[in-house]
Amino acid sequence: MLSDPASRSAPSAFLRGFAVAWRSVFAYVLFGTFVGIGALGHDFGFSLHWMVLSTGLIWAAPAQIILISALGTGASVIEAAIAVTLSGVRLLPMVVALLPMLRTETTRTRDLLLPTHFTAISMWVENLRLLPSIPRDQRIAFSNGLSFGLVLSAVLATAVGFYLAGSLPRVYAAALLFLTPLSFTVSVVRNSHLLVDRLAFAFGLALAPVLATLNVDLDLLWSGAVGGTLAYLVYRLRRAAR
Amino acid sequence: MNPVLGELWPYLLLIFVGFLPNEIWRLLGLVLARRLHEGAEVLIWVRAVATAILAGVIGKLIFFPAGALASVPLSVRIGATLVGLLAFVLIRRSVFAGVVAGEAALIAGALLFSP
Repeated sequence: MLSDPASRSAPSAFLRGFAVAWRSVFAYVLFGTFVGIGALGHDFGFSLHWMVLSTGLIWAAPAQIILISALGTGASVIEAAIAVTLSGVRLLPMVVALLPMLRTETTRTRDLLLPTHFTAISMWVENLRLLPSIPRDQRIAFSNGLSFGLVLSAVLATAVGFYLAGSLPRVYAAALLFLTPLSFTVSVVRNSHLLVDRLAFAFGLALAPVLATLNVDLDLLWSGAVGGTLAYLVYRLRRAAR
Repeated sequence: MNPVLGELWPYLLLIFVGFLPNEIWRLLGLVLARRLHEGAEVLIWVRAVATAILAGVIGKLIFFPAGALASVPLSVRIGATLVGLLAFVLIRRSVFAGVVAGEAALIAGALLFSP
């Protein structure tokens, strides 16, 4: 992508990632989403410090919403922890798919700790799209810059939402909550060039609401494992047929 | 409860009930990814599973939303998603265009059809 020697250092790759974050739709989608989460935290009586810290530490909107509403409505600590951990399982395959794209032969495990912590749907979708055009030795710095931009947007929005709480009309609160499913749908459709990804997306989208309606336990995990495996098998069969 | 612990308590909850139960999956992923290279066949399957879970999250957010979004009728939520996808396809495959059009459709639909 770049052959200019001055632009090949880690700090410049970090800055390039940081700049790319603000050209990503997710900087703005996250801003809107976390305004909603900041307002939610205020309504449940958490402090501003606690809310900002939880955005950076948890860095996964579904887990954070579960934690806030569970603790806020007086659920037991054990129940809350179980609900949070179930929502976090999706992060495992994302990390496993991402890290081999970031690593070089000489990468130390501790250099992968930040990208591991920053892995979330928004960051994952953008990294899978952009990393192939970044030289391999700059990918970790680029990815960290991108993540830092997205986290910064979410942290600022958490504070804004905390102060706005109570003054948001209902229809705009609904629109903020709609940002997540809408933007994920459009970006996954953009990024799915391979048949296996498109099938996995379609199967997961169809399976999860059905399993949830049938009250199947761990519905998301099942739709992921069954939908993903089916998509992979179709891909294998078609490859074998060629 | 002593006062110091009382002040720390929300932060202990954040670490042990919010941060660690979520972070454990990322760290497990770090361990499992250690021996895998980018071209590994198993990664195609792992990515398919991750994509299907992501699609499942989207499906549940559209069909079973929380909070204020639940007061918007399901038909409006589905219709607005389709408007967003259509705008994305028609307007230079721009995700921004898709998100803006889908949001506009949701707000218009909510104002027109919400009880």
